Amino acid sequence: MTTPSRLPEPYGQGGGANLADILERVLDKGVVIAGDIRINLLDIELLTIKLRLVVASVDKAKEMGIDWWESDPALSSRARRDELARENAELRERLARLEELEPRRAQEESP
Amino acid sequence: MTGLRYVYAVCRPYGKPLQAQLTGVGGDPPRLLAHRGLVAVVSHVDEADFAEDPLRAHLEDLDWLTAVARAHQGVIDALTTVTSPLPLRLGTVFRDDSGVRTMMEAREESFLRTLDRLDGRVEWGVKVYVEAEPEPAASAAPEPKPVSGRDYLRQRRMRTKSQDDLWQRAESFATRLHETLSGAAEDSRLHAPQNPALSGASGRNVLNAAYLVPRVKSEEFVEKVDRTKDGTPGIRVQLTGPWAAYSFAGEEIAEEEGS
Repeated sequence: MTTPSRLPEPYGQGGGANLADILERVLDKGVVIAGDIRINLLDIELLTIKLRLVVASVDKAKEMGIDWWESDPALSSRARRDELARENAELRERLARLEELEPRRAQEESP
Repeated sequence: MTGLRYVYAVCRPYGKPLQAQLTGVGGDPPRLLAHRGLVAVVSHVDEADFAEDPLRAHLEDLDWLTAVARAHQGVIDALTTVTSPLPLRLGTVFRDDSGVRTMMEAREESFLRTLDRLDGRVEWGVKVYVEAEPEPAASAAPEPKPVSGRDYLRQRRMRTKSQDDLWQRAESFATRLHETLSGAAEDSRLHAPQNPALSGASGRNVLNAAYLVPRVKSEEFVEKVDRTKDGTPGIRVQLTGPWAAYSFAGEEIAEEEGS
């Protein structure tokens, strides 16, 4: 017989356990049994939650304000372009700053 | 018989009743279906939601999935207070009671073996987060504006270095913690780091581990985790549980099927 009374208070069930904690267990862990209702386990099994959100319910996720993949270069070609553009802009800005400094320094350094 | 059977878990018969108010997936209270030396915990669910096509469609719906996942976990959680259940994956559905019985009989041996292995054990989840780098503007002593290219590069190097240091510290902290906790547990699993969009947690998740711990040693285990919690700036430790032994339930059966 088990002795649940000796267990400390649950940490986070309901409180600290987040949705990812719950989904990763009920979707990815536990015993896999093919029931009478065959759902394609690939739907659940192989899609990480990340991909699931991207592929399955983009609109829903966006509605919830979940749109991180759009800025994740690994997932979005737009993000890759954005990143290049950002890097470009940063470099241009630095170059401009340096160019601005150069003549001044040249003046300071000349006797 | 109307409706389908949604199976949450398989257990050995247990003495205590589940909490009276408990509702499961679709609002139906979980019922016990005994067969030989095993009990399946089952809800009656609507064919309109859980037949093949609607179920597939529903699984793409994050709200629906969330509600079912929480209901599923709620039942498993209640079971965990009275026994050590063998949790099944979300969405295990049969046409009727006899389908559930047939399944229990076919897998009887491996269920019993796994239940023995997990008896009296629970799972604890431990995650380590590295807090995001504080914005330079928010730091106590704001850096002076770079006056030269060399200055700019130097400041940049220092920022990168302090971030690298934090990462290195976090990595060795997580490695040490996992070693310590593995030593205090019967078994452990490393899971993929969680995505902040779904977890809602701040910082980057660098360790996401599960530990199989006997109930009687849980207090000790929790104290061990608690002791690591303070005094590491930039690094946060989070404990969840006790969970049913989700992360340790599946493998034996999977191996059998694979062989």
